[in-house]
Amino acid sequence: MVITKLDPKFKDEVTKVPGGQNIKRCFQCGTCNVGCPVREIEEKYNPRKIIRMTVLGMRDRVLSSDFIWLCSACYTCQERCPQDVRIPEVMNALKNLAVKEGYIHSSFAKRVELVGTQGRLFPISQFDNTKRKELGLPQIPPENKEVQELFKLTGLNKLSSTGGGE
Amino acid sequence: MKYAFFPGCLTPVMARHYELSTRKVAKKLGVKFIDVEDFACCGFPIMSVDQETALLMAARNLSIAEGLGLDICTLCNGCASTLTEASKKLMHNDRLREKVNEKLEKIGRTYKGNARVKHFARVLYEDIGPEKIKSQVKKSLEGLKFASHYGCHYLKPSDVYDKFEDPEFPRSLDELISALGAETVEYEEKMQCCGGVILDIDDKIALAMTQKKLDHVKAAGTDAIILICPLCGSMYDRNQRVVERRFNVAYNIPVLYYTQVLGLALGLDPKGLGLDLNRVKTSDLLSKLA
Repeated sequence: MVITKLDPKFKDEVTKVPGGQNIKRCFQCGTCNVGCPVREIEEKYNPRKIIRMTVLGMRDRVLSSDFIWLCSACYTCQERCPQDVRIPEVMNALKNLAVKEGYIHSSFAKRVELVGTQGRLFPISQFDNTKRKELGLPQIPPENKEVQELFKLTGLNKLSSTGGGE
Repeated sequence: MKYAFFPGCLTPVMARHYELSTRKVAKKLGVKFIDVEDFACCGFPIMSVDQETALLMAARNLSIAEGLGLDICTLCNGCASTLTEASKKLMHNDRLREKVNEKLEKIGRTYKGNARVKHFARVLYEDIGPEKIKSQVKKSLEGLKFASHYGCHYLKPSDVYDKFEDPEFPRSLDELISALGAETVEYEEKMQCCGGVILDIDDKIALAMTQKKLDHVKAAGTDAIILICPLCGSMYDRNQRVVERRFNVAYNIPVLYYTQVLGLALGLDPKGLGLDLNRVKTSDLLSKLA
């Protein structure tokens, strides 16, 4: 990696996104990696390395990667991190930045579309409401207008209509 | 005890047995639920995409509960942590609350910062308590061995939950199980994540995470996994056959919601607890009780 390709301000950019505040505290002990259940199965998810790459300023490599989307949000690392880096929150900050750069995992584009139009991640079909009725459970409305409005207010509705790549 | 009932996205569609049994045991134990049509997604699924929108969605739900003068009771661990975190942030940070309200007001809502959030398992543990539950047991589950699974977001981030439980060595669900007369079994990597959050991102990794837990539970020898989150439930129960096929293994481990076994112990009609809706058959377990 040539030094001119690094963006030394990237880490500061991350600290300004909610959740990214503590990234510069990381001293690379690797406690996050040791307890990570995703890393135990797939080595390409390496939270310690993602933080190092971010602090070094490897902006494009980090934001365009597929591995930032693999955090299972179990918070094991967050509980154990001696520097309170709050790694799952850092991952959220990085993913939010990636989305702004036009990188979004296709599954998340799908999630945005579902939540933004129906107000829920798992749509309620007529079938579901019929099943619910049989069990004596209350009916659930299949969409939510206020959530649709909220998505317009934050601009997330546009993201769902374009879909986004991976 | 009265709460605004927050069933979340997953439970009403894929874990109706959880919802059904929760409503039944709540009624029996004197917890009143108010159904709220206006509730929508807690915000968790889109936190990775845009935290601002996610927080607005959480705040919107909180404002609805606040308007009713009620605290929220959730069934899903993800909803519990997302809404609890939002409620804490908005309680202590006036500037953030003002910012959130600027947008909420445009949809006719406002949030003053007063709503609190509790998972139903925490309501059972804190508001009612294992001792009182024990005193109400009509049909002891003695002889059954259960492996508890708490689910990550029931405990973590622990600072969001005011450290009500030890995130590495929790006891509350085990105590609730013991109160029913059943035995709890320890197993390797008890706090292992189910992988559900990344199932739609990378199912190879997610299902391998699920498999690990099933392996460890099987090795410990148990009659069932007992859990309190619909996402964990969907991974261990609904996807158990998928894991078995993919990894060429056999488990056949029943996976029940705590509310289902609580209902059995309280002497409620098993038919009303949705025990026919669990994917892995519960009939062997039930015959042990008979």
